[in-house]
Amino acid sequence: MKTIIKYVLIDLLKNRTILIYTLVLAVLTISVTGMSDNMSKGMLSLLNITLLFVPIISILFSTIYFFNSAEFTELLLAQPIRRKSMLLASYTGISTALGLAYLAGVGVTVCVLYNSLAAIALVISGVLLTLIFSALALLIFVVFKDKTRGIGAAIITALFFTLLFDGLLLAFIYSFSDYPIDQPLLAFISLNPVDLARILVLLQLDAAVMMGYSGALFKKFMGSAMGTIYTTACMLCWMIIPLILAVRIFRKKDI
Amino acid sequence: MIRINHLTKSFKKFRALDDINLQLERGQTISLLGPNGSGKTTLIKSILGLVIPEKGSIHINGQEIRSHWSYRSKIGYMPQIGRYPENMTIRQVLAMLREVRRDCKQYDEELIHQFDLPSFDHKLMRNLSGGTRQKVSACLAFLFSPDILILDEPTAGLDPVASEILKDKIARERANGKLVLITSHVLSDLDEITSHVVYLQEGKLICFKTVEELKESTGQHQLNKVIAAMMQTHLHENNY
Repeated sequence: MKTIIKYVLIDLLKNRTILIYTLVLAVLTISVTGMSDNMSKGMLSLLNITLLFVPIISILFSTIYFFNSAEFTELLLAQPIRRKSMLLASYTGISTALGLAYLAGVGVTVCVLYNSLAAIALVISGVLLTLIFSALALLIFVVFKDKTRGIGAAIITALFFTLLFDGLLLAFIYSFSDYPIDQPLLAFISLNPVDLARILVLLQLDAAVMMGYSGALFKKFMGSAMGTIYTTACMLCWMIIPLILAVRIFRKKDI
Repeated sequence: MIRINHLTKSFKKFRALDDINLQLERGQTISLLGPNGSGKTTLIKSILGLVIPEKGSIHINGQEIRSHWSYRSKIGYMPQIGRYPENMTIRQVLAMLREVRRDCKQYDEELIHQFDLPSFDHKLMRNLSGGTRQKVSACLAFLFSPDILILDEPTAGLDPVASEILKDKIARERANGKLVLITSHVLSDLDEITSHVVYLQEGKLICFKTVEELKESTGQHQLNKVIAAMMQTHLHENNY
C-alpha cells in the first residue's frame, strides 16, 4: 500500500494541473492579504475563495485522475494486491497531493501572516474539504463505469453543494418560518460539507453573528468550542462514509 | 492447472459467458479465439479475479480463486491496452511493480534487454508510442517469471521485430512448462506457437481442441483457414 501511495505522489507532484492549482491559490492568497487592511476582512475573502475553488477542483481533478488511471489500476489488481488497499492507496495519494497543494498555496501564507486560531481553522477546513471531495470523487469513480458520466456527476455534485444547497436551505427557512426550526436547521446544515467548512471558520471570527443565520445559530446553540467539535466531526463523517461505501461497492465491481 | 467449471457471467441482459467448462494444463499454449464481443476478455478477466463470476468456479492449482487474492502471484498479465501514469518514467514503472511484488526475488529480465528498454527508460510514459507501451506491458508480464501467462492481444501494435522477439519468448516459456493463454485477432501470428485452440462464440465454448485435431477435422493446414472453415460451419448451423 505504501508503495502505491509513493508512486501516485511521484506521478501527481509532477502533474501540471496540480502545479497550476497551487500557483493560482498562492497568487490569490497573496493578493487578497495584501489588499485588505484588517485580518477579519482578509480571512473572509480567503474563506470565500476556499469554498469556491477547493470543492470543485478537488472533485473534478480526482474523478478525472481515477478514470484516467483505470487501466493501470486494472494492471495492478492483476498483481497479488487486495482491492481495498489498492483503492485506499490511490485515494490517499491523490488527496495528499491536493492537500499539499492547498497547504502550499494558502496555508503557508495565511499562517505566517495572521498566525491566529481563525487562520488555523481556515487551513483545516480547506484540507478537510479536499479530503471530502476527493472521497466523493472516489465514490463516483466506483459507481459509474463511464468516464463522461462520471465527470458529469462530479460537476453536479460540486454545484449542488456549493450553489444549489443554499437555495434549498433558504426555501426551507421561508416555508417553515412560522415554526421553531432552529434545531432542524442545524441538522440540515450538517448535510452540506461546504456549509460546515464555512461555519468552522466563522466560529473563530467575531464576525460569526453578522455572517448570516447559520453562523449565529451555531454560536448560540453550541458556543465556539462545541460548535467546532461538532462541525469537525460531521466533516470527518463526510469523508469516511463515502470511503466505506466506495470500498464496499468496489469489492464486487467488475473491472 | 486452471480448471473452470460452469462459468457463467452476464452484464445486465447480455450473456458474456455461458456455462464454460475448461481444463488447462502446463506446457500448453492456448489461443483464445472468437469474434468481437464473444467473451474472450471476460474469460481472461474472470481468471484474474477482475470480473466476479455469477455462477461456477475457477480453480488454479486446485485452489478456488474466490476470496484468495494471493494466487495472482503465479500469473503474469499483459492487458490489451496498456495505459500508465503519465508522469512516471519507464524505470519508475518497473521499480514500482518490483516493489509491489516484494514476494518475488527472481526476475526474468530477458525481454527488457531484448527490447533494449534500458536505453530509453528515462522517458515519460505519456511520451511513449502505443507500441513502446506494449513492450513495457510485455516486460512486466514476464518480469516475475510466473507459471501462467495471460496475454491479451500481445502482438497488436508491435513492430515485426518486437513481435518476433515476443513470440520466441512465448515459445521458450512454453518449453519451460508454463501455461500460456493468448487472445489475438491476427490468426497467422499465432500459427507457429499455438498448441490448443479455444473458440468462443456469443459466450459459448464452441470447441477446445489441439491444432492437429482441428487441422485433421477441417482438412486445412493453416490456422487461419481452419478457423475460417470452422466459423462458416457454425454460421450454417445457426442459419438452419
